[in-house]
Amino acid sequence: MRRGAWEGLPVRGKFAAIGAGVLVASALAFSAVQAEPVDETLSIDGVEMTTRAKAQEGLPFDEVLSGWLFREAETRQLEADSFENPGMLYVERGEEIWNTVEGPAGQSCASCHGDAAESMAGIAAHYPKWDADSQRPINIELRIDKCRVEHMGLEPYKFDSDDQKALTTYIKHQSLGEPVNLDLAEGDMQSWWERGKERYYLRTGQLNFACASCHEANSGLYIRADHLSQGQANGFPTYRLKQADMVSLHNRLRGCIRDTRAETPAAFSDELMALEVYLTWRGTGLSVETPAVRQ
Amino acid sequence: MKFAKTIFAGAIFALQAAAAPAGEAVPPDQVKFEDFAVAESLTGVPGDPQAGAEVFRDRGLGNCLACHANSAMEEELFHGTVGPSLDGVGSRWEPAQLRAIVADAKKVFGEETVMPGFYSLNVGANVAKDRVGQTILTAQQVEDVVAYLATLKE
Repeated sequence: MRRGAWEGLPVRGKFAAIGAGVLVASALAFSAVQAEPVDETLSIDGVEMTTRAKAQEGLPFDEVLSGWLFREAETRQLEADSFENPGMLYVERGEEIWNTVEGPAGQSCASCHGDAAESMAGIAAHYPKWDADSQRPINIELRIDKCRVEHMGLEPYKFDSDDQKALTTYIKHQSLGEPVNLDLAEGDMQSWWERGKERYYLRTGQLNFACASCHEANSGLYIRADHLSQGQANGFPTYRLKQADMVSLHNRLRGCIRDTRAETPAAFSDELMALEVYLTWRGTGLSVETPAVRQ
Repeated sequence: MKFAKTIFAGAIFALQAAAAPAGEAVPPDQVKFEDFAVAESLTGVPGDPQAGAEVFRDRGLGNCLACHANSAMEEELFHGTVGPSLDGVGSRWEPAQLRAIVADAKKVFGEETVMPGFYSLNVGANVAKDRVGQTILTAQQVEDVVAYLATLKE
């Protein structure tokens, strides 16, 4: 999708030329009201975050930008101060879970993985990863479930249970500052990437919007008070002020798709896993910011 | 159960369509676009600008402020910027052109425009079950919005 033919539309006298002029208008059109993302640096607990990175080949941006740059000053400040960041409560809860024995095998995460600050450092920046057992990409939530089922004798977490969100947040937080970087050469990752890309540009629902309609073609503009970001995945799970809660990536993807007035795919379905692979790749080079704070 | 659902969906559609006199609304797939305009009223009933203003404002109907600014509705906070400001739009476009843009903007601006077709069944994939076969606005609501937009003069 290119920026819509919306801006700089011909006025009445030039009306008949619109059809033929659509492509030209698209190429020239830039909105006068586009608000630039802020030019600031984000540093959390003394660690500087990469909030701007050179875009991957094939993306229509020069730079990929963290959603942090699109938020209001108060929201940005909340994320920058880990004492103020409400998402840090989930990190604390996640640490408790990490160290708590659960299930018939009498194991905690720590029983095998020890100190997460060491064993999990940087790990989540490379997820989703190819899982040879299930022959599909898995994210941190599914990796946790794999441990629970195979080693702890437990059921998978219920999607978006508080404990799932807390433990995922805790593990991702161990990669704070680490640049996102996926290995698409593993297994069949490349074809999932392709599928995710198709999904990104697929228009859905009665409103007929693709992910790209808002987050690529109109990124930087406003939908009411919402400054449209590039829709990057690097801050998830993210503390969302609108919901006053921690929000997982698949929760947000389902919310966006629902808002197009389409049927919502299940969390961790092939459709959403493919989309997660592609979306995460789009943010290559951005720091993991979990728990990010967003509007 | 499926049958009951179908009846239910049908009933909703009938309710929505009830704004126009029965049988007179042009069905969405038969709206005639010519020279980027729809010359004929979709219902034969003149649009009501006041009702149109409400459809324009309503987040579940037109939700026009999501993307467009409109100085005539300054009391509403945070107007969107995805589309152009609609100030003076009634001076820039004829009602027939406004009708075409509201009914199906893709017929005017091309497939790439992000603006939804408010009276079109040319929609995206996987439409929510309770919206299948329905347009965002009824024919009369489109007429009302067009009548309202025509009042926004330079």
